[in-house]
Amino acid sequence: MKPFGYLRAATVEEAARALAEHPDARCLGGGTNLVDLMKLGVERPGLLVEVNRLPLDTVEELPDGSLRVGATVRNSDLAAHPLVRDRYPALSQALLAGASGQLRNAATTGGNLLQRTRCPYFQDVSKPCNKRTPGSGCGARVGTHRDHAVLGHSDHCIATHPSDMAVALAALDARVELHGTEGARSVPAAEFHRLPGDHPERDTEIRPGELVTGVVLPAATASLPSAYRKARDRASYAFALASVAAVLNLSDEGTVARVGLAFGALAHRPWRATRAEEALRGGPATPDAFAHAVDLELRAARPLRDNGYKVELARGLALDVLTRLAGPTRT
Amino acid sequence: MDSSPHDHGADGTGGAPPAAHRSEVTLSVNGKPHTLLIDHRRVLLDLLREDLDLTGAKKGCDHGQCGACTVLVDGRRVNSCLQLAVSLDGREVLTVEGLADGDRLHPLQRAFLDRDAFQCGYCTPGQLCSAVGVLAEAAAGHPSHVTGPAAPPGRPVALDAAEIRERLSGNLCRCGAYPHIVEAVRDVAP
Ligand SMILES: Cc1cc2nc3c(=O)[nH]c(=O)nc-3n(C[C@H](O)[C@H](O)[C@H](O)COP(=O)(O)OP(=O)(O)OC[C@H]3O[C@@H](n4cnc5c(N)ncnc54)[C@H](O)[C@@H]3O)c2cc1C
Ligand code: SF4
Ligand code: FES
Ligand code: FES
Repeated sequence: MKPFGYLRAATVEEAARALAEHPDARCLGGGTNLVDLMKLGVERPGLLVEVNRLPLDTVEELPDGSLRVGATVRNSDLAAHPLVRDRYPALSQALLAGASGQLRNAATTGGNLLQRTRCPYFQDVSKPCNKRTPGSGCGARVGTHRDHAVLGHSDHCIATHPSDMAVALAALDARVELHGTEGARSVPAAEFHRLPGDHPERDTEIRPGELVTGVVLPAATASLPSAYRKARDRASYAFALASVAAVLNLSDEGTVARVGLAFGALAHRPWRATRAEEALRGGPATPDAFAHAVDLELRAARPLRDNGYKVELARGLALDVLTRLAGPTRT
Repeated sequence: MDSSPHDHGADGTGGAPPAAHRSEVTLSVNGKPHTLLIDHRRVLLDLLREDLDLTGAKKGCDHGQCGACTVLVDGRRVNSCLQLAVSLDGREVLTVEGLADGDRLHPLQRAFLDRDAFQCGYCTPGQLCSAVGVLAEAAAGHPSHVTGPAAPPGRPVALDAAEIRERLSGNLCRCGAYPHIVEAVRDVAP
């Protein structure tokens, strides 16, 4: 590992300034991804800016009923938070379906969003990878890509984003709050991560010198049904092969009043299923309608040689989750 | 602005030049305070094993994938192979060496012996520290992936076999001692 400087930032401004002044600086949250990648030589920062002591470690309800989650709130604490379990069950479930108890105790909201892909070529500095070394080629396209993308990939990169939490945030219409030397801004969680296009080295819309300060969940009541379901190679402690987060609210007549649907592990970002949502809005909440809408969305899939199974898997998960949300939990 | 004004700076390396590659850190390990000049690259696991001669925590994978290095920091279980020591200034670390009270074993250590919950023993320190964390998390009402939606937030979660298996999934055992590990933790769970 390359030697590096260390700054325990005391204010958001100090952290942003250090990031802006040192292009090779990285934020250190729980370290569960960054330290791993530094050991592998994938990340070689000259300076670590520790964000854990910033006053960003609380979950607070805002006057308009929305919920603000600080960037350094630990994944385990967020999953256990009574308001999150009550009003945003998909978020709690997504967090608890990820990693292990030990990792969730360390992992932060900001770090979870900014974690890098688990593509094995990205993690191996002896292999070609356009995300790690632009222009070197994509080892996975011709090699092993069973876990890779079926939607929105490019010639340059077929990686997926590994976060479970981010999928729930996308379906729940959350926003990501950012802070840089130019000031603060926020972007929808569903648009925070990018598609790879010609620049797979850029995972997200974050600008140089910016840090994530928090995530805001729109106002919701305990009766807004949402759920997360994940398929993986073993029952626990494994990344998703495909996953689904959904929010579904029905009108008194039983039609779809509000729907949010997002897929995980299918693309370079959480895949917000806007076509399916459009098809469902105002219509019946029946298994047939769900199947029609989900098929409409997944028609855009372009599976690779070895990952066609993901389309069928994601379809099954989505139909299961939507049907369950439309069923007995209806209010 | 969502941060406190610039009135800070009393502690830490906030003022040190970022070019420095070492920092002084004070942390307590099993109740004993240590002040050390630490290379920023040092992870907690190596600090414990190489610098403090506490070889209980094991290096299985060095990448967060096995749990053999699990210790408790401020009472919470973490993978010590992914914790930079420099980030732990002011924290309290508890390792497997600190679980017993003198000659009196921790109830989980006793239960692991009674239930024959290991073969080679390599994963055992991590399993024990992880289980200590599991008991505290369940008592504090932290749910797991298998906790039912009806469980009231904030109330202790009862640890049945399914809960224990899920909550300990971050600790691998190459010898496959899982059934006895689950029994041992059940013996101690309230
Ligand atoms: C064995 C293993 C299994 C795992 N399984 C899963 C899984 O099933 N599902 C899942 O979703 N995840 C899984 N993870 C990943 C885990 O969730 C992430 O490592 C964790 O969420 C990262 O958070 P952190 O705080 O530790 O980030 P760090 O490692 O500290 O940082 C990660 C990245 O985010 C940047 N960063 C951190 N904080 C900020 C901030 N505030 N602003 C800007 N940038 C920031 C860092 O610079 C770095 O680039 C697994 C990890 C391991 C090791
Ligand atoms: S899929 Fe993306 S991350 Fe993986 S090797 Fe190709 S370019 Fe690199
Ligand atoms: S050595 Fe830390 S998790 Fe394997
Ligand atoms: S007892 Fe041998 S690895 Fe668990």
